[in-house]
Amino acid sequence: MPAIRLRLGAFSAALALLAATTSPSVAQKKYDIGASDSEIKIGNIMPYSGAASAYGVIGKTEEAYFRKINAEGGINGRKITYISYDDAYTPPKTVEQARKLVESDEVLLIFNSLGTPPNSAIQKYMNQKKVPQLFVATGATKWNDPREFPWTMGWQPNYQSESIIYAKYILKNKPDAKIAVLYQNDDYGKDYLKGFKDGLGSKAASMIVAEDSYEVTEPTIDSHIVRLKASGADVFFNITTPKFAAQAIKKNAELNWHPLHFLNNVSGSIGSVIKPAGFENAQDIISSQYFKDPTDPQWKTDKAMIAWNEFLDKYYPEANRADASVMYAYIVSQGLVHVLKACGDDLTRENIMKQAASIRDYEPGGLLPGVKVNTSATDFAPLSQLQLIRFKGQTWERFGEILSGDVGG
Amino acid sequence: MSAVEEIVTEAPAVEAVPKRAMTLGYGTSLVVLAALILIPLFVKNFIIFQMTMLLIYALAVMALNILTGGSGQFSLGQSAFYAVGAYTSAILMEHAGMNYALTLPVAGIVCFGFGFLFGQPALRLSGVYLALATFALATAMPQLLKLGYFEHWTGGVQGLVVTKPDAPFGLPMGQDMWLYYFTLAVGIAIYIASVNLLRSRSGRAFMAIRDNEIAASAMGVDVALYKTLAFGVSAGITGVAGGLGAIAVQFVAPDGYTIQLAISLFLGMVVGGVGWLPGSIVGSAFIIFVPNIAEGISKGLSGAVFGVLLFLVIFLVPHGARQVAIVAQQLAAKLKKN
Repeated sequence: MPAIRLRLGAFSAALALLAATTSPSVAQKKYDIGASDSEIKIGNIMPYSGAASAYGVIGKTEEAYFRKINAEGGINGRKITYISYDDAYTPPKTVEQARKLVESDEVLLIFNSLGTPPNSAIQKYMNQKKVPQLFVATGATKWNDPREFPWTMGWQPNYQSESIIYAKYILKNKPDAKIAVLYQNDDYGKDYLKGFKDGLGSKAASMIVAEDSYEVTEPTIDSHIVRLKASGADVFFNITTPKFAAQAIKKNAELNWHPLHFLNNVSGSIGSVIKPAGFENAQDIISSQYFKDPTDPQWKTDKAMIAWNEFLDKYYPEANRADASVMYAYIVSQGLVHVLKACGDDLTRENIMKQAASIRDYEPGGLLPGVKVNTSATDFAPLSQLQLIRFKGQTWERFGEILSGDVGG
Repeated sequence: MSAVEEIVTEAPAVEAVPKRAMTLGYGTSLVVLAALILIPLFVKNFIIFQMTMLLIYALAVMALNILTGGSGQFSLGQSAFYAVGAYTSAILMEHAGMNYALTLPVAGIVCFGFGFLFGQPALRLSGVYLALATFALATAMPQLLKLGYFEHWTGGVQGLVVTKPDAPFGLPMGQDMWLYYFTLAVGIAIYIASVNLLRSRSGRAFMAIRDNEIAASAMGVDVALYKTLAFGVSAGITGVAGGLGAIAVQFVAPDGYTIQLAISLFLGMVVGGVGWLPGSIVGSAFIIFVPNIAEGISKGLSGAVFGVLLFLVIFLVPHGARQVAIVAQQLAAKLKKN
């Protein structure tokens, strides 16, 4: 009997050992719908057609980036399946596509869906379903609201914090300014304007001498500029998208109006705004940035820029490298890969939100030196730092410190 | 009368459709109805949602069909009525706490009034000129909804989020399925009412105007009244569809109701067959599913693929689904004879 007992003892010891070694890893490998040992399904919604189709390039760049990740072995051995649908920037279609992704394609999460109205349309649904709506591609301020919407997270610095930075600059350096504001008549323009007024505080009413808005459908904004000049303002806050920004800069020069010119960073691209407007007309314009402008010659030999160019050469050669959206998509894709890597083998939706909310000083390639991604359980605004820049010669010159203007939703 | 005007008034753009040909036979109707009732029991929630949208757009297409196929007037402004209906429902639900089912008649009445009033000045226009006037309405609507003056109610550019209703009386079904059957019930009621309307005295007056305005007025039809009435009825039904759409999508925003929607509805009507009410559901399926198919074929060229598909449909079956149905009917009759 002792022999048997011994064997039984050895067996149970072995069993215990086995259990000890295997059970933790079994417990760690946790999946929700959309993830498995070999695959992670990511959904995305983009306006490939319709009025905002210029942004479709973001979806294409992301697709290329995930192909690169897959070619390099995937994330912890799992390949990314990236499913991207067109919503033509119409909210009802966005709801349909989001439901298709979640209920029919069964994705793990929806990543970087574009536009404020489309994302507003699906926010409630995503939070009811408890599916992450991660790193939405809009600068509206309302995405940073972890208490109400724990499954929705923004990405880029929001519009309001950007205009607060300009407002603070004006209050400090030109306290007696007379300000003229031109803004696009939609959520984006109004968000900027609100931040600007909040930033100026009680002096907003007396400092802003002229306010004018335009519609995206207008062919030219020349008449608005003429009106603003007539107000006698000496500071001009230009809240316009690239095409109109270039028109405004040119018209200012034609009218010989030289106010202190603030340009929102949406239109900071040298290739698509400054160059068409003329370098000589854009001197001393102030804007802000958080990532490197690929058309800016100062980054020519920058390491991150070289890596970006190599990625495009290999996976997306037809990309327009002057388009800031390509760089934007490159950075946000790195952000997602960072979160998925941090999740390890626990690819549950809960863990994804947990990891996305605990990013510390992460610096994906392409951000300005010193700008870092930071989140916490109460801060769902990953990027909130900007640096002021001034146009000199043929390039943006950075000045001052890295500024931050966190605003909650 | 100028030469241009003569051309416009002389050649009726809409072909006359006899009123009996405007509907389906009882047998076919029952089969379609049975399919619409039974399918949701076997499919996923997402498909149920798509079918709900299918019914909602079918209602909107049918409303346009009554206007164009019934009374011969064009409209590219249906998206504006749809938007007014959607916003009426959404605002009543979210700000006044009204029951979702009760908001629909209100949306219908508001839109009826809106359409009737719009029909007054539109009386002076016909054919392509009327189409342009309604086009202006559709372009103006998203901007009106953004106006700061209404922002307190409309939510401005941010839109309004709507709460989806649960099934009442503790019925064991999900929100999607309940909403589907609710939409189906509303849709059937409106369909039956529309069919009866077109068969009634008013319907005959619509069609008389469509076929020949001068002859109609000589017969004693009050042309002005019936033309505006057609606009009102069409707008009212579109408004109900808009309200249902707001509840199903759970969100209203100006960007959802652009001219694109109006053109889609117009497209749906043509594909379904102008003047053939059951075709509305086929047209609605076309505008919902064909863009998805086009996207599946090529993401970069989805618009072009959609164009090619549309061209094929118009080229092969210029009268849309109605033509297909007639051919099928003739084939069936032949088989019976043999």
